[in-house]
Amino acid sequence: MGTHTKARPLPKSQLSLVGPDSSPWRREFSAHGWLYIFVIPGVIYMLIFVFMPLLGLIMAFQRFSPYSGSGPFGAFIHSEFVGFDIFRGLFTGPDFWRVLRNTLAINISSLIFYFPAPIILALLLNEIQSQAFKRTTQTIVYIPHFISWVIVGSITFQMFNAQDGILMMLIKQVFPNMPNVLSSPKAFIPMLLGQSMWKETGFGTIIYLASLASVDPQLYEAATVDGANRWQKLWNITLPGIAGTIVIMLILKLGQMLNTGYEQIFLMQNSLNRSVSDVFDTYIYTMSIVNGNYSLGTAMGLFKSVVGMFMVIGSNSLSKRLGSSGLY
Amino acid sequence: MPKFKHALVKRSRMDMFAQVIIYIIVGSFALITLLPFIYIFAGSFATDRELIERPFFLFPKTISFNAYKYIFANGDIFRGLRNSLIVTVVGTTINMFFSTTLAYPLSRPYFKGKKALFAMVLVSLLFSAGMVPNYLLIANILRLKNTYWALWLPGAINMFNMLIIMNYFRSLPQEMEESAYIDGANDLQIFTRIMLPLSAPALASVSLFYAVNHWNSYFNAMMYISDRRWEVVQIMLRRIIFLTQSISSETGVDWGMLGEPPEKSIRLATTVFAVIPILCVYPFIQKYFTQGIMVGSVKG
Repeated sequence: MGTHTKARPLPKSQLSLVGPDSSPWRREFSAHGWLYIFVIPGVIYMLIFVFMPLLGLIMAFQRFSPYSGSGPFGAFIHSEFVGFDIFRGLFTGPDFWRVLRNTLAINISSLIFYFPAPIILALLLNEIQSQAFKRTTQTIVYIPHFISWVIVGSITFQMFNAQDGILMMLIKQVFPNMPNVLSSPKAFIPMLLGQSMWKETGFGTIIYLASLASVDPQLYEAATVDGANRWQKLWNITLPGIAGTIVIMLILKLGQMLNTGYEQIFLMQNSLNRSVSDVFDTYIYTMSIVNGNYSLGTAMGLFKSVVGMFMVIGSNSLSKRLGSSGLY
Repeated sequence: MPKFKHALVKRSRMDMFAQVIIYIIVGSFALITLLPFIYIFAGSFATDRELIERPFFLFPKTISFNAYKYIFANGDIFRGLRNSLIVTVVGTTINMFFSTTLAYPLSRPYFKGKKALFAMVLVSLLFSAGMVPNYLLIANILRLKNTYWALWLPGAINMFNMLIIMNYFRSLPQEMEESAYIDGANDLQIFTRIMLPLSAPALASVSLFYAVNHWNSYFNAMMYISDRRWEVVQIMLRRIIFLTQSISSETGVDWGMLGEPPEKSIRLATTVFAVIPILCVYPFIQKYFTQGIMVGSVKG
């Protein structure tokens, strides 16, 4: 080992292992060989679990029958090709449009009612001056984020079932004509929104509270000196201060318009509310994994992935055009 | 009434009124968050008779341990908790191994394969083959059904979590790495002895996200694990709460069509068992998750 003046990218001690005329790649490998070893697990993971399933998309253009060939890949080779027949059937049948409508109905309602909830709570928390009260509240409202959907569903069930659910009994006393929350199609989306709000509103405030903390306090002091009241400060300082964060979160949400939390929906779905509760993932699961119609589920998944990809790319470039940094 | 710490100007009556309203709204939200937990905890110690007679209470009149006796005698829940613990601990270890080893080369500006690797990551982020091809790969081609590998391997890297780690590696000062190079350390030594220890806060947050996800998820376990012996606690809970009164199998649950479900206190006590582990670790992890979200919002 000698002394070195320049450590990187190539330490001289390692340079000396290879001749001066060796290729840049060999030199690179001898200097940073470990980095190439590090990527092996990740690359193998992506090849098997991200890229290999892409080959399976061929099923969307086949009348796929899992038992038509021998060996693990036989069925993919021997199943009959039908071109775009599966898609034609999908787009002309009633199920696809019902599932699309349900998915959009859930996501648009959630955009209108659930999306503002964490913003409002963060603004309220920001106004609270007692640090002890604020911190206690935060500790409490973050908890449900870490609770599984099964537990949230089971709590909902304990509270709202028609026989002995406490909240359902109270609601029935005030509004005798209220439909049953757990089984009525009308109540399905409000129930989902209620669950999401209970579970995620508190945790959702974190990002907005951080954004609120970065608003310059001098602005508030100046406004106070100028005699601005609480509302004027909210409209003229606070909201413009967090507008960037709100736009980013909104764009993120728009990119996910075809995605629904299927763990939540699958749990709350039953035969009585199926007309409104079938979304892409639950429908694909039922049609393909349970009933074995793999081609239909693959085609529907492919549609969802392609549209979803364009929505994410579109919303990302939109956010860049609006001056924010975008997601990637 | 809370005391105002800084009274720069005299607060108007309106302002005081607004402050009170805010305390009430925020306080009620916290209460709504908390009440179901208290009810379930209290109900699990009540007799079934009281649960039917009194609609709501925060403390049972007669304390009964019957539900817990039943659960302890039955013992299923401990098998479920043990299985979930195995899935979570091994799963998170696998996640962290795959995520850090991929994040480190990506974070080094002098790593030559970076562009190609980023392209792969971007594809993984933007496009997925969907549920069916993934299911057939895991169930029919790799034949991982009824093994925990089906829960560990497919999600070994969550690309968002990986990018959080990568951003953190990038943000570390370069001087330490450079001086280690001068001292003759190789990338493995720099990675394990410098980068990983320095990244402890980010690694803690990300492992927390992975672990909570493993502990809470049930959909994959429902698809891939059918053997009761390997049932995780979420699946067990779902079976006990949702399916005991259902007439159909995994696909549909018919609530409200059948009569009073038996042993409500047992259902409540089972829920308590599934919530307790999360509540026990919550105080210790609380400081990490806020941090994690903040680290993640730093774009590279």
